[in-house]
Amino acid sequence: MSAAARRRALLGAAICVAVIAVMLFPIVVTFLSSVKTPAEASASPPRYFPSELSFENYLKVFHYQAGLLTYLWNSLAVAFLTIGLCLVLAVPAGYALARFQIPAKETLFLVLLSPLMIPYQAILTPLYLMFASLGLANSHIGLAIVHTILQLPFSVYLMRNSFEAVPRELEEAALCDGCSSLQALWRILLPASRPAIVTLVLFAFIASWNEFLAALIFMSDETRFTVPIMLVGVRQGHFGAVDWGALQAGVVISILPCLLIYLLLQKYYVSGFMTGSIK
Amino acid sequence: MASLRGKVGLLYLAPALLFVGVFVLYPLVQLVIMSSTSASLLGGDEFMGWKNYTKAWDDDTFWQALWFTCKYTLYITPILMVLGFALALLTSGATRLARLTRGVVFLPVVIGLGTSSFLWIGLFDEQVGLVNKLLQDTGIISQPVVWFVDANLGLWAVIISIVWKVVGFGMLLFVASIQSIGVDLYEASMLDGASAWQRVRKITLPLTYRTILLTTLVSAIGSMLAFEQFYIMTAGGPESETFTSVYWIYQNSFIYFKQGYGAALSLIWLAVVFAGSVVHLVLARRETDA
Repeated sequence: MSAAARRRALLGAAICVAVIAVMLFPIVVTFLSSVKTPAEASASPPRYFPSELSFENYLKVFHYQAGLLTYLWNSLAVAFLTIGLCLVLAVPAGYALARFQIPAKETLFLVLLSPLMIPYQAILTPLYLMFASLGLANSHIGLAIVHTILQLPFSVYLMRNSFEAVPRELEEAALCDGCSSLQALWRILLPASRPAIVTLVLFAFIASWNEFLAALIFMSDETRFTVPIMLVGVRQGHFGAVDWGALQAGVVISILPCLLIYLLLQKYYVSGFMTGSIK
Repeated sequence: MASLRGKVGLLYLAPALLFVGVFVLYPLVQLVIMSSTSASLLGGDEFMGWKNYTKAWDDDTFWQALWFTCKYTLYITPILMVLGFALALLTSGATRLARLTRGVVFLPVVIGLGTSSFLWIGLFDEQVGLVNKLLQDTGIISQPVVWFVDANLGLWAVIISIVWKVVGFGMLLFVASIQSIGVDLYEASMLDGASAWQRVRKITLPLTYRTILLTTLVSAIGSMLAFEQFYIMTAGGPESETFTSVYWIYQNSFIYFKQGYGAALSLIWLAVVFAGSVVHLVLARRETDA
């Protein structure tokens, strides 16, 4: 390596380290603030490091209003319903698009992608009125339906691509043995598409767990808040004074599941991200 | 036989089509109908013709919000793309440090927009925020900055938080695009004595042009939908200067309970965003066909 190339590599490494520091700073100091005592977390001027370790902020969030467990349960219930709906809808749809001669197939595909062109933010009012008349406002399933609208185009696209990549011969052999199309899907295509299923589930979970606006509008009953909406209340606090420690503890709790998924299943997450975001 | 199989296929497609029909297309029709009424959660369903639209025409806050949304998009998109591309150049190598950097830069993408806004509101707070402390400790500012009393400072605080949160999105797509360029092209140009900057300009940029274009569009459309970051960080203030379109529609529909009027605003805004989405879809499909 020439001296100039070595100098450039060293400079690149230095910039990398600086970038890592800048990107991690907000998360690290928020975590550190969350384990300060409540008084220190609200002290001005602030300090980077806690002078003593305290979990009182987490305890406060745990007992906040209806209780953290209620909000966690709401978030999880909606996320799992979203995952279920996405699977039930996108797997057969992807199968149909990948394997069947359907009239006007590409047009129908475009219809399924239409939520990409009609942002859900625009149709929340009619959806809200519809759900109110159906008794779905303030229900887990209602919010899960909205989250499914968000995730369906990506899910269908993902399943179609994955099924198309499975060699037809596998399935034809199965059909010859007297399998129905449903059995072929169940026995051949689904096992061969496991990575796509994992990706679909991951994305549906993260999208639902993180979604804010629809949860804010549809879950007006306090016992139905999801975790991000709980944060709105935590921030408002009592008598107008923000309880910074509790808010930061809430933020950490809200980030944690996504962070774990990202660290453990990065491979699926990044690959799904690449297929889904551009096309 | 073929048509029977076609019917079976349609059967598999039916649930998803039905879902989109009931929960996306039908509400869209409802939105159009509502926009000509005085619909409200408090009652009232009178037909008003174009009245909501003429009202929107005179609604200064609506146009200000639309302009503010465009301004936000015009500011943040170039920052995201240039930074994302620079980070991609920095981390497209196969070294461990490069991969680690890529992983860390992408990390905030998995955090929710709402949650990250709550995280940053604490960091930017003039009393307890560590952004001011860091800037003071490093000597960049001498007095704490009060970020959210000024519309411009507030906008920049939001932009900083969103750049942190989503810059990894563009970076990752650019990295993939850069990595798909053959190594031999670079080696040949190095033999020809091209400088690093020349290689970026003459090889990397032209060959990743399509990815850059598509990512820019996706990113810009995403910014046009901005709501959470302003709802949480600036609350539209000061003096409704930082309302975005979605925020103002939300405000009218769910805070003032003027659903009919909100529907008209939604449709006007939708037309703007829809145009962008169609351009994106056409370009993206052309790329897949090619």
